[in-house]
Amino acid sequence: MAVVPLERKPLTFAERTYLPQIAEGLRTTWRHLVRPKTTLEYPEQRPAVPAGYRGVPTLVKDPNGREKCVSCQLCEFVCPPKAIRITPGGIAEDSAHAHVEKAPREFEIDMLRCIYCGMCQEVCPEEAIWLQSQYSMTGYSREEMVNNKARLYELGGTLPDEHFKWDHKKAAEERGGGHH
Amino acid sequence: MIDLYLSLHPVVQGVLKGLAVIMVIFPIGGICSMAERKVSAWIQGRPGPNRAIVPWVSWIPVIGPFLQRLGLFHVLADGGKMLFKEDALPGHVNKFYFVLAPVVAMMPALTTVTTVPFGAYLDAAGRVVPLALANVDIGLIAVFAVGSLGVYSLILAGWASNSKYPFLGGVRASAQLISYELSLTLSVLPVFLWINAPGTPGTMSLSRAVEFQSLPGFWGGMWFVFLMPVSALVFLVALFAETNRHPFDMAEGEADLVGGFHTEYGAFKWGLFFVAEYAHMLIGSGVFTLLFLGGWNPLPWVSLATLVSWLAPLHPLLAHPLFVGVLSIGIFLGKVIALIFFFMWVRWTVPRFRYDQVMDIGWRKLLPLSVANLVFYAAAIAVIQTR
Repeated sequence: MAVVPLERKPLTFAERTYLPQIAEGLRTTWRHLVRPKTTLEYPEQRPAVPAGYRGVPTLVKDPNGREKCVSCQLCEFVCPPKAIRITPGGIAEDSAHAHVEKAPREFEIDMLRCIYCGMCQEVCPEEAIWLQSQYSMTGYSREEMVNNKARLYELGGTLPDEHFKWDHKKAAEERGGGHH
Repeated sequence: MIDLYLSLHPVVQGVLKGLAVIMVIFPIGGICSMAERKVSAWIQGRPGPNRAIVPWVSWIPVIGPFLQRLGLFHVLADGGKMLFKEDALPGHVNKFYFVLAPVVAMMPALTTVTTVPFGAYLDAAGRVVPLALANVDIGLIAVFAVGSLGVYSLILAGWASNSKYPFLGGVRASAQLISYELSLTLSVLPVFLWINAPGTPGTMSLSRAVEFQSLPGFWGGMWFVFLMPVSALVFLVALFAETNRHPFDMAEGEADLVGGFHTEYGAFKWGLFFVAEYAHMLIGSGVFTLLFLGGWNPLPWVSLATLVSWLAPLHPLLAHPLFVGVLSIGIFLGKVIALIFFFMWVRWTVPRFRYDQVMDIGWRKLLPLSVANLVFYAAAIAVIQTR
């Protein structure tokens, strides 16, 4: 690295009176004063949530209205803060979705424990649990901060499905055995 | 109404005037603190406080939300908070002087208002009669003499707090205020040299200074800020230092002194210091307006009397003394508020000076400059007025 000696020029008289600099500074602050404000006034104005945002974890249904979770409990096992608790259950024989073996009887996510890491979404083989765009989660009691199954489906809603894995499986079975 | 007032005992009249001053200065102090928060926010690119609203005002369609956005009701919220929060008295302070200090801060602030004329009206003979609570002949001397007593409150507060930061703040404040008072006083002397021409009765009255800026002709109608720019500049800089405003707020520089002299204060006692500071700013701006910005004259070379002579043919009410009085107060207050805005604007423009730089500017730059300025104008005025 070459050393470049810079000559420090002595201040001119105008500079030593501070005044031109102060006038220039006043001009700058005035520009800021009249500029439109960039503040987002939160409760009324909400920020646009980017795609792929990891918000509150939710459970989703497929476009046919079937709950996707099969209560394999992988999310429960992978959850680092142990926020998820699943009570597995069966599906009634006369249900339209009886070919899917299991569904959760109860599914609770304790939002006081959840760290929004998204590992549950990553591990889910059924793409049933999604961290969606809700970023604010409040409540007046500890009980309120535990999302039960009904609430999780309410928050999650329906997401498009690319696979319809269980329907393909059922169709393949009806065609005469074999896998897919 | 006026007859009833004039028939009262002079002491009662004085009390009424005093109450009127308090009723005006306190709300203006509060509104100034609000304006400070708003201007600060705007310069920093924020909208500033805009939430507080009184329910029945929010029912008014357009004005209600506008006032809310302006943050006007935060004045009430702030004032209420100051009044009702616990007024803690630390155990280690000298209680008598600790309580006395905010009172001493308010007294000169409210007293100086009385000698500052704030408007004028034209009487039946067409003469301009200034409006002031006490239009005394020593006007400016009274303002300087009483106004500079304010430094005692800072010293008292700093000393009585019995802790290090307030003490340092008080020491700095006293040194700074005494240093800049010299330049402040010297800078206005040319104005009064010019007003007190040979053969005229001697005066230090502020309304006389305005009268001299409302004379006919090019030189007569010229505001003193054009005639004596260096005086105006020195006065303004010294005013910033005297009112402890940025960039000279050594006494409360939060980076090195926490809160400065008012570190140990809270609640309403702290609020009194705050109001006193704004009252000093108001009076300082008022004196600057009167001396250099033509007081209640609307524009340079357009005096109040000229304006009234333009308005009078339009409607007889426009020449009524009451209307002219309100108009002149409006013009004067407009200039003062513009100056106060300038104070706040400068606050977010110029970084705080170091303490040695403050002393250096005060003693080695401003004081010689004001002395040179005085000598120059004394010579020039001697030549012009004895011709």
